[in-house]
Amino acid sequence: MSATLALLRRDLSLALRNVGETLTVLAFFVIAATLFPFGIGPEPQILARVATGIVWVVALLASLLPLERLFQSEADEGGLDQLLLAPAPLEALVLAKCAALWIGSALPLIAVSPIVATMLQLPTEAYGTLLASLLLGTPSLALLGGIGAALAVGARKGSALLALIVLPLAIPVLIFAVAAVEAQIGGLSVRPHLFLLAGFAVFWLTVAPFAMAAALRQAAS
Amino acid sequence: MNWQALANPARFKRLSDRLLPWFAGGAALCLAVGLYLGLVASPPDYQQGDSVRIMYVHVPAAWMAMFVYANLAVAAAASLVWRHPLADVAGRAMAPIGAAFTFLCLATGSLWGKPMWGTWWVWDARLTSVLILFFVYIAYMALNSAFDDDTRGARSSAILALVGAINLPIIKFSVDWWNTLHQPASVSRLDGPSIHASMLTPLLLMAVGFTLLFFALALVRMRAGLIERRLAALSYTRSADAGVASFR
Repeated sequence: MSATLALLRRDLSLALRNVGETLTVLAFFVIAATLFPFGIGPEPQILARVATGIVWVVALLASLLPLERLFQSEADEGGLDQLLLAPAPLEALVLAKCAALWIGSALPLIAVSPIVATMLQLPTEAYGTLLASLLLGTPSLALLGGIGAALAVGARKGSALLALIVLPLAIPVLIFAVAAVEAQIGGLSVRPHLFLLAGFAVFWLTVAPFAMAAALRQAAS
Repeated sequence: MNWQALANPARFKRLSDRLLPWFAGGAALCLAVGLYLGLVASPPDYQQGDSVRIMYVHVPAAWMAMFVYANLAVAAAASLVWRHPLADVAGRAMAPIGAAFTFLCLATGSLWGKPMWGTWWVWDARLTSVLILFFVYIAYMALNSAFDDDTRGARSSAILALVGAINLPIIKFSVDWWNTLHQPASVSRLDGPSIHASMLTPLLLMAVGFTLLFFALALVRMRAGLIERRLAALSYTRSADAGVASFR
């Protein structure tokens, strides 16, 4: 337990000291979202209709950016062997790394998302649901991203490969997250969608540690 | 038979020598008869007319897309649990075949959708989940070939294949869970198939033919994969020998 917490603390302090990386992700998030009003036109009604989708898709793409370094830097610097030798199960350690990834990159992204949503004319009543869907959906993305990052350790074509692995598996999260906000705007109950998002998070919380640990074990062997 | 004995490439080659003609011949026969019955002898649908004949390729291709993935997942599990080299070769051999069947399913479905639904593509639950299956195949193949060490690629992509396997039940039940444009199952139902025998016979023949075709292609590709491994090992030892010789 103490080794897991130590790893979490180390990754968080690393994230704090390299604020530049987080800021790059945030900048990508804002700039990529800004492209859409140029691409599809600035009419408020059209933007309001697609705002949720844009925020979510761009958040999904932005969450790919820090993945390449997640385990690859450990493998390059010898930290991977330390993780395998640490007096804690590898499954717990990779969870700590995913938690740090989520706190370090997903939380800032969620904090910025209302600003982006405002620029995209999202209806006011939908903000709460958008934030709830991001809070419940991004843990799944961080865990899925962790699987992709662990599988791609040592691979030749890093970032494109990561997108190929992670994006198809992230589609269900995207579907129900956007459906929740659409339901809020349409005056329907948002609870089933949010419950499903929470269910996805629990599912990946159960599956991802084992997949990541298996991938890292065979990467180190 | 002790199937682990198959790990011996020579024994696998002997067994596949014996099986391959049966698979290939059976596939040719089933596909020929099935295509004749389906495209010529079976009646046109009372609503859809002749375009219903796309079904004889589309539906078996869709079954195969999932069947091949199930095989891929079993090979992946075998590769991770028993570290079985033949399972690695099998996974690498089967993935492109499965991707091809999935693509065939999507393409014929699109051709069928245009006259029937009036559109090439709709974002309906089953279409979307089959498309995701196609993407997972692509990701599997990309990951499999992304490492300098073949075994690393095989093991990594095996984990991905198992993680992606959750998509299979989603595809199967998508038309029951979500009420969408794609019709629900009409062959494998508890109360018996809701499809007439004159159409069911060619459909099942095509399905058996596709299955045998898959086994035949997988065997050929596995044998090629084993030969490639042998070749790589040979050229490795030869270059090592050459290196030693030049050193002397």
